[in-house]
Amino acid sequence: MADLLILPVLVPLLGGLLATALPVRSALVGTLAALATSLSGLSITLLVWLHGDLGTVLGGWGVPLGIGLSADGLSAALLAMASLVALAISIYAGSYFAGSAQARHFWPLWLLLWSALNGVFLAADLFNLYVMLELLGLSAAALGALTGKREAIAANLRYLLVGLLGSLTYLLGVALLYTAYGTLDIGLLGERLGPTPIAATALALMVSGLALKTALFPLHFWLPPAHANAPAPVSAALSALVVKASFYLILRLWTELFAPITDIGAATLLGLLGAGAVLWGSWRALRAQRLKLLAAYSTVAQIGYLFLFFPLLASLPPGTARDDLFAACVLMALTHGFAKAGFFLAAGLVQQKAGHDRISELGGVAQRMPATTFSIALAGSALVGLPPSGSFIGKWVLMRGAFETGQWWWLPVTVLGTLLAAAYVFRVLSRAFGLEPTPLQFVTNARTEIPALLLAFASVALLGLAAGPVWAVLGFGAAPA
Amino acid sequence: MSQMLSWTALLPGAIVLSSMLPGAFIFLVKEESHVLRGVLNMFGAIIKLVLVGTLIWGVFLGGVFESRLTIAPGLDLVLHADALSVLFVTLSSVLWLVTTVYAIGYLEHSPNRSRFFGFFSLCVSATVGIALAGNLLTFVIFYEILTLATYPLVAHRGTPEATRGAKIYLAYTMGGGVALLVGAVWLRALTGPVDFVEGGVLSGMASTLHPQLIAIFLLLLLGLGVKAALVPLHGWLPQSMVAPAPVSSLLHAVAVVKAGAFGIVRVVYDVYGVDFAAELGLLIILGVWASLTIVYGSVKALTQDGLKTRLAYSTVSQVSYIALGASILGPVATIGGMVHLVHQGIMKITLFFCAGNYAETLGVHKVSQMDGVGRRMPWTTLAFTVGALGMIGIPPIAGFVSKWYLGLGAVEAGQHWVLLVLAASTLLNAGYFLPILYKAWFRPPPDAWPNEHRFESRFETMGALLWPPVITAAFCLIAGLLAAAPFSPLEWATLIARREYGL
Repeated sequence: MADLLILPVLVPLLGGLLATALPVRSALVGTLAALATSLSGLSITLLVWLHGDLGTVLGGWGVPLGIGLSADGLSAALLAMASLVALAISIYAGSYFAGSAQARHFWPLWLLLWSALNGVFLAADLFNLYVMLELLGLSAAALGALTGKREAIAANLRYLLVGLLGSLTYLLGVALLYTAYGTLDIGLLGERLGPTPIAATALALMVSGLALKTALFPLHFWLPPAHANAPAPVSAALSALVVKASFYLILRLWTELFAPITDIGAATLLGLLGAGAVLWGSWRALRAQRLKLLAAYSTVAQIGYLFLFFPLLASLPPGTARDDLFAACVLMALTHGFAKAGFFLAAGLVQQKAGHDRISELGGVAQRMPATTFSIALAGSALVGLPPSGSFIGKWVLMRGAFETGQWWWLPVTVLGTLLAAAYVFRVLSRAFGLEPTPLQFVTNARTEIPALLLAFASVALLGLAAGPVWAVLGFGAAPA
Repeated sequence: MSQMLSWTALLPGAIVLSSMLPGAFIFLVKEESHVLRGVLNMFGAIIKLVLVGTLIWGVFLGGVFESRLTIAPGLDLVLHADALSVLFVTLSSVLWLVTTVYAIGYLEHSPNRSRFFGFFSLCVSATVGIALAGNLLTFVIFYEILTLATYPLVAHRGTPEATRGAKIYLAYTMGGGVALLVGAVWLRALTGPVDFVEGGVLSGMASTLHPQLIAIFLLLLLGLGVKAALVPLHGWLPQSMVAPAPVSSLLHAVAVVKAGAFGIVRVVYDVYGVDFAAELGLLIILGVWASLTIVYGSVKALTQDGLKTRLAYSTVSQVSYIALGASILGPVATIGGMVHLVHQGIMKITLFFCAGNYAETLGVHKVSQMDGVGRRMPWTTLAFTVGALGMIGIPPIAGFVSKWYLGLGAVEAGQHWVLLVLAASTLLNAGYFLPILYKAWFRPPPDAWPNEHRFESRFETMGALLWPPVITAAFCLIAGLLAAAPFSPLEWATLIARREYGL
């Protein structure tokens, strides 16, 4: 059963090769591969939910030598989100790129990216993680430059270099650990790791490398231009999925591998950077003139929220309260995945229809595309953290944790971030109520509008009203009543 | 398990869904499908009324109705019907049906009706959710949904003024929502899940926590005060009058402002407990604040020439009667506050319907244009007169009953200053309503109305516009005349007071 772990990595890889070999049929091959990848990812999640953690070693070699894959609750949760979001992006992309030469390049790169993403979620040793991260960064930068426009290429070249710098810094940390402890397997390392200067240096290197890749303030400078200039399906994938991969690694390393040496001081530093991200990202989103730039800055802010959880997690002993916080952090990451993907896909439709995405001139288009505007509204309310969305639940638990641990200073950050987010979301939505001609029906192009709408809806209704499965997959039982 | 799925556990949820699901479908309805949209609207409204009828009977007999959905461990969405929720649920459901009829007539031939009715249904669902919320988390969730669902209705016209009004509305309510959220989370962190229980849950808290509890109360009051339009948090309400008349009628006379007032009542009685709130000195803060709002709103109303803005300031003033009732310790004042929740609703909705009729039929938007409207539109003006006299507190109209009980309760509690507030407010109410009535009935009509529409109707205006205010005006009279009849608002408020004080 654990051998199935290879499928979410292998299926998109093969699909990508096939799409390269059959460029004329790339859209069909790509869509089918996307469906298969999504199913394999979801079945892994289901297996973890039902049977607990899975692990396997490829090629029959033992743990220190072979390529290990493993899936626990955290990987399963992110894998499920990635499977659903990427499937929706694929369906959307089939129509978005229809009849365009970009389709040929899109599908192989997109499937490669997906394979690397799943690889990050499933890899069990630090070196394989590096390989997957590197692949992810390369394919992401290539996809981002797909339009071939000058600003897209400039932004993504920078993205590529930043990504390389990030992964190399991470690799340096990995090398330090290997010299000191002689293994790269996360499980084995966890048993051997102690509070030594080498371990602390490795932690600092790895986390800062990954923070650069996940665009934690003030290392976020590369993200807005790269995400805002990519084609819409790619922007969605970059913002919703790719930055989550490095965040996932930080969370995993911080709370598991380096748990013996991470203390409240270091966690507070991450929290402070997160707070900076929330405020600065939201402020810049509010000032943005273009819809996709707004969405990109909103990603910077949303990543910031995730880091606010670290100091709270650090000051709580293991128990229900800490489990709740951890689950809420994951829930916010998942909600952001759905919401931001939905937002970018809808923004892409607006951009296609209007020929631009300048917010101040979007009135008529927003009014002619009710389903798309509705998606932006739903996804936007999840970004603000309004109920009933997953991020509302996340923020509720976050604020409760801030009160319970006495770290009340995170509250003004959350409150201010929420108000700023409301301001930037409704700056867009207010354009949709004008005197322009009105639509005669809700949905105009089902194949592109429905995926965006479903993603946005999932971030609100699914994750906001039924967040229980996130707790269950993570292995946190129901709290005593 | 069988008990989990019994109808008593499904009913509150079904009441919320009975407007939410039709609302979701209405978004998908094509603009020109009037019949389908009308059927969905009326279907939802009537089903809801039937369900609410069942609920009233069940709660009267002492049944327990609770729907519970676990969002995540320790976070439950609870819909629980007690006597207080039934009062608000019934008010919203009955007035929703009436307003739906009115809105279908009012918006005939105007664009974006699917969007309008979709959000309209969501608003009512949110209001009912607020009424039925069984804990603070659920209350916060529906309170915010109400904000979100009302925004498109205020902005509906699409004019620059509408956009501006909606923006102001959003700025106020979002700020209030965040204050409420912080207060709710703080309380949750102190005490665990905060379920609403008749008589309150906090009186057993250690006295070292009292300063924190006072701070939390003020935060909650700040959040709720925005929607309840307590001065100076009322600024959004006159601005929101750019919305179409059905929105002003149902939402800004009933649903939204009542959501705030209802929340205040919930917090005072079912979270803090009225005795404990008095012990902390919180009631006096609330009472003074409400009194200031009552007087301020009335004074401002005197100077407004726009009919809807005058009514809006009147709402500012009148809604605070509910908070005033909650701030006086004693069952009689409680009855006065609770019953005013219903009475103010039916009187104010009548007035707004009439204002909409004047605007739609004659193009009359200002008080100064109202000379002689009584001759042109006698039935509408009759309904307006009933509502206005009720607001002043003339017997036997509903408003008199509220004021009587509030005054009696104040005397009983030894707080005689409240009588002064009531007397001043009554004089001011008369000051801004009687001139309108005089102009409407006794001044000669102008040669031409500003913008007159002739409807193909036997009556003074379209039937769908005329009947709703006539019916709600009849409610105002019945609620006053038959105040002592079983299931009248007054009797139900008495039931609530008995249960809150454990009498």
